This record gives sequence, C-alpha cells and structure tokens, in this order.
Amino acid sequence: MNEIKTIRKWFWAWDFEKEEKWLNRMAAEGWALVSVGFCSYTFEQSGPGEYIIRLEMHDSSDTPFISFMEETGAEYVGKMIKWIYFRRRSELGSFDLFSDIDSRIKHLKTIISTIRLLLIANILIGISNSINVTRIGWVNLLVAALLAYGLGRLDEKKESLQNERLLRE
Amino acid sequence: MQESMVLTEASYYILLALYNPQHGYGIMQEVEYLSRGRVRLAAGTLYGALTSMVDKGWIIPLPSEEGSRKKNYQITSKGLEILKNEVERLRELLLNGDMILKGEKKDE
Repeated sequence: MNEIKTIRKWFWAWDFEKEEKWLNRMAAEGWALVSVGFCSYTFEQSGPGEYIIRLEMHDSSDTPFISFMEETGAEYVGKMIKWIYFRRRSELGSFDLFSDIDSRIKHLKTIISTIRLLLIANILIGISNSINVTRIGWVNLLVAALLAYGLGRLDEKKESLQNERLLRE
Repeated sequence: MQESMVLTEASYYILLALYNPQHGYGIMQEVEYLSRGRVRLAAGTLYGALTSMVDKGWIIPLPSEEGSRKKNYQITSKGLEILKNEVERLRELLLNGDMILKGEKKDE
C-alpha cells in the first residue's frame, strides 16, 4: 500500500495555473494527486514525475467529457465545484488539455461567467442585507470586491490571448 | 455560398481525420501522423471542437459498437463541403505565396 498524505491549501479560481503548477511540482517530487476535496488535496506516493496533472473548469455534462478523457489515457482524479482534475502517466507522452488559443479563451470565458454570477449574487445579497437591520452585508460586499479583482485578472488574461489570436492561432 | 470561412488548423485536421469514421484518440493519432508529428491536439481542445462541430452538423457521432465505450464520429456532407472550400482557399494562399516569394530560399 502506497503512503498517502493530505494537504490543505487554498487557491483562488483565477490562480488555476498556479494550482496546476503546484500539483505538478508535487507529482515531480513523487506525490501524485489521488483525490480532491474542498481546499484539500490527497496524494499517494509514486515514482517521481510518474504523472502529469491537469485541471479544467467544465460547464456542460461531465460524464461524456470524462469518458472521452479516459479514452485518451487520462485518469479522472475528482471534481471540486466545477473543476475537474485529471492525471496521466508521463510515459504516455505529453499531456495537455488545450492546444490552441481558441480553446484557452473558451476556457477562460467559462471561468469568467461563473465568477461573474457569484459576483452579482454577492452584490445583491450584500445590498439587501445592508438595507435591512443586519450589518453582515459588508461581508458579501467584501467578497464581491475580491471577486471583481479576480474577474479583472481573468479578463486581462483573456484579452492578451485575444490580441495574440489576431495574429496567430 | 456562405460568407467565406477560415477553419482553424485544429478544425481542418479534425475534419480531414474524420473522412473515415474515427474515435477521439484515433483522431489525435491520425492528425499527428498526417502532420508528421507537428500538430498534437490536446484532449480538451479536441473535445470542445467535436462538440461544436456536432452542433453545427459538420460531423455526426455514429452509434457505438457493442461492448465498446468509444464513440466514433464521421464527417457529414455539409462538413465535406466546408472542407473542400477550405482546401480551395488554402490553394489560393499557397499559390500567391509561391508567386511572390519565388526564388526566395528557406533560411536555415
């Protein structure tokens, strides 16, 4: 039985690339992701660099997407909120989810629309709570401010990809 | 004739690969083979492209064979039409490139 360890860690949705990098650093050190939970990642001991880890926010139906990925040799690790985690043995070759700018832009748009929805919800709840007697509304407004910041970051990323797309694929 | 359309490299090669029925992983291998290893479709990109091409009616999923979880796809007549137009367009690009750059040697 392989050794197992769980690490609690928080990543903002707009830092998904950082999250993926960290998971791959763990894999390179011989800790391959086996399951995900809310702010928690469970790893099993494996050969260093045995796996490549990828994550994607997926909006539509999961089952056909996951079985498609499995068909290409990827293993489904788990799902947290809308994020799906995969891993694939590195001996099978390079493993990426996106190979052109269009699909990267589309992925960013999925994340952006999800966060925008959360932002609107928090603004509405925040305002209605501030108008009423409760004073807890500022928490929602604070969250909204944070989400707005994240949205800005994602929009920047999307725009720079869109500019690049004018010149090449 | 619809307004002129430019396919992405990925869509072009996916449509070509689906001239014969093929499943997802088969498409990836076929495209890599056709492009002599240059074009490597990532699984998420391919999945997204297949989904929207099915929606547009350029390709259709075939009823899966018994005992197989793999879904096969094939190009439709609409898809074939689009592919043929694209080949014509590419021919024009190539012709003009060759005409203007004739005599220029590829550096390397």
